Amino acid sequence: MTESFISIRHLYKIFGRDPEGAMNRVRKGMEKDELLELTGHVLGLSDINLEMEQNKVQVVMGLSGSGKSTLIRLLNRLIEPTSGEVLIDGADVLAMDAKELRELRRHKMSMVFQRFGLFPHRTIIENTGYGLEIQGINQLEIKKRATRWIERVGLSGYENYYPAQLSGGMQQRVGLARALTTDAEILLMDEAFSALDPLIRTEMQDILLDLQEELKKTIVFITHDLDEALRIGDNIAILRDGEIIQTDNPQNILMKPVDTYVADFMKDINRARVLRVHTLMKPLDTYANGPNMLSSTTLEQALQVFAEQSTSQTIIVNGNGEKIGKLTLDDLIFGMKRPTIEEIKEDLGSTSFSDSIDTATSSIN
Amino acid sequence: MSFFDDFPSLSRRDLMELRRTIDNGFRDFSREYGEALENFFNPLLQFLIWLEKLMITAPWPIIILVIALFAWMGSRSKVIVIGSALCFLAIGYLGMWKDTMSTLAIISAATLICIGIGIPIGILMSRSDRIQGIITPILDVMQTIPSFVYLIPVVMLLGIGKVPGLLAVCIYALPPIVRLTNLGIRLVDREVLEAADAFGANTLQRLFGVQMPLALPNIFAGVNQTIMMALSMVVIASMIGVKGLGIPVLQAVSNQYLALGLMNGLAIVALAIIFDRVTQRLGKRLQKHQGLDH
Ligand SMILES: Nc1ncnc2c1ncn2[C@@H]1O[C@H](COP(=O)(O)OP(=O)(O)OP(=O)(O)O)[C@@H](O)[C@H]1O
Ligand SMILES: [Mg+2]
Repeated sequence: MTESFISIRHLYKIFGRDPEGAMNRVRKGMEKDELLELTGHVLGLSDINLEMEQNKVQVVMGLSGSGKSTLIRLLNRLIEPTSGEVLIDGADVLAMDAKELRELRRHKMSMVFQRFGLFPHRTIIENTGYGLEIQGINQLEIKKRATRWIERVGLSGYENYYPAQLSGGMQQRVGLARALTTDAEILLMDEAFSALDPLIRTEMQDILLDLQEELKKTIVFITHDLDEALRIGDNIAILRDGEIIQTDNPQNILMKPVDTYVADFMKDINRARVLRVHTLMKPLDTYANGPNMLSSTTLEQALQVFAEQSTSQTIIVNGNGEKIGKLTLDDLIFGMKRPTIEEIKEDLGSTSFSDSIDTATSSIN
Repeated sequence: MSFFDDFPSLSRRDLMELRRTIDNGFRDFSREYGEALENFFNPLLQFLIWLEKLMITAPWPIIILVIALFAWMGSRSKVIVIGSALCFLAIGYLGMWKDTMSTLAIISAATLICIGIGIPIGILMSRSDRIQGIITPILDVMQTIPSFVYLIPVVMLLGIGKVPGLLAVCIYALPPIVRLTNLGIRLVDREVLEAADAFGANTLQRLFGVQMPLALPNIFAGVNQTIMMALSMVVIASMIGVKGLGIPVLQAVSNQYLALGLMNGLAIVALAIIFDRVTQRLGKRLQKHQGLDH
């Protein structure tokens, strides 16, 4: 296990007049519904525990009202937590005074918003350079650095436009450029692409993945869209009614949804396009033969190989060319099938995943 | 059953006593502090005298040029510039130049004072619901109480003259700018403010970098209304000794001079229209980059 970069421990958020009082009731075991009925307080987030690795994308997914926006705002304290602990790179965020918090927001983490949050009275370049201006950096330097990021998100030539003159997709590129210009290590993205058309959304995801390859930021990405989560996330946490009900990598979430709520999310997913062969492969044995196949191949691509080479078995190799497993056509077809409700219920007790998946995943990462 | 027939009121004597106590109390107060207050307002008086004199003694073509220039800077519209110049030419031609300059002087001074006091109060109000809750009823009273009522204490304290007149105008004209500053700041988009916070802006950076610029169109609507209300007080102010277009109107009322009343009244209307169009255009121009996406 890698040391986690952001740790959230036993984090609670209660909305209402007297959060402390309500918190005491929750500590004594009061449930969300009862709390709302008796005291009028909303238990927004309940006992959140989440460890995030450095340089990875942590997705938080959930339906509307599940507490995603609240959770991401607790990290930079745009919303004050009621109880719990947030550690970022070893520093206790909740213990920070106003000045330390500003320093954290200026240098360590930046944010991208669902409805872009651009300043309508500032031009694109002024928006992009906002974070540096707040830090008191000189205009020349701001211009230089802002221009570089505007170019990097493909908006050269629009420096002196105003946000209202740009399309939604372009505005969110500005939002991204603004967040990147401060060189903060951590990027908080609250449904950053949800307001965009599907086509533009995919395009923005490509831009983000492309940037991430190069920049290796630690990204917290909120979404309600599973396709997006699977595409972008190195790790996914699923939030329901203010509680995290499953945290895992995308492959495991697809293969082993923890309950029917999660399984419901997966229902419309094209599994063949998301699942990769290392998730389904079996341990090597003496009978294994067939063409080599990279472990990160998707099932859809694998199917193509099976068809073209008219084989019924392949050898799975990792990035270094070492053989790490085998995959038969039967395994592949089995993997495409969605787990049924009975299977999920059956699995509820056993949380451990098969050894082959664990070893394969770690040899890839 | 006399309880239900006669309203249970104070006796005549008690009522008289009550009024007399209040009156005497206030009179004593004004005797005690009247001079201190007058001294306090003396710089303001000197400024008013200086401004009025400047406007009256300056050669008329220069005044018209300056007005045309202001109109251009505010509105960027040739029609409005030419219209303003023509209005002032007509006013001068009809013999109302001097009174108009006096009125212009007191309106400008009142507007500046209202901006200087009203915007900070509006900012304070926008920062806390408590303060808003306290100030809003005060503004309501200022706007609805008949202006003659507060003329009485003002005159008792400061006598008759420019300063009490200016105060009366300011009391009446202040509320809109306070209200609209407060409203403008409160209407700033929440996500935009969150963005400022998320990048580590401090309170002042947030106020002057984001809230004030985005509230500016509303603040300007407030300035516009403040000017309009100040103009509407011109006649009442002239009752307590403010020179200007109000005086001939008062004379016209008591002597039934129809033409005199009409001309001076129309001059006030002309000023109002010019101020209104110029500040409205300015407000629209400030809004240019914001309105497009909604
Ligand atoms: N200021 C508040 N006062 C009371 N309740 C609140 C407040 N803010 C959020 N909530 C409640 O907390 C819950 C979580 O809200 P949150 O905005 O985090 O949801 P979300 O997952 O981001 O939803 P969406 O997808 O709609 O953005 C909701 O039930 C909401 O009603
Ligand atoms: Mg949200």
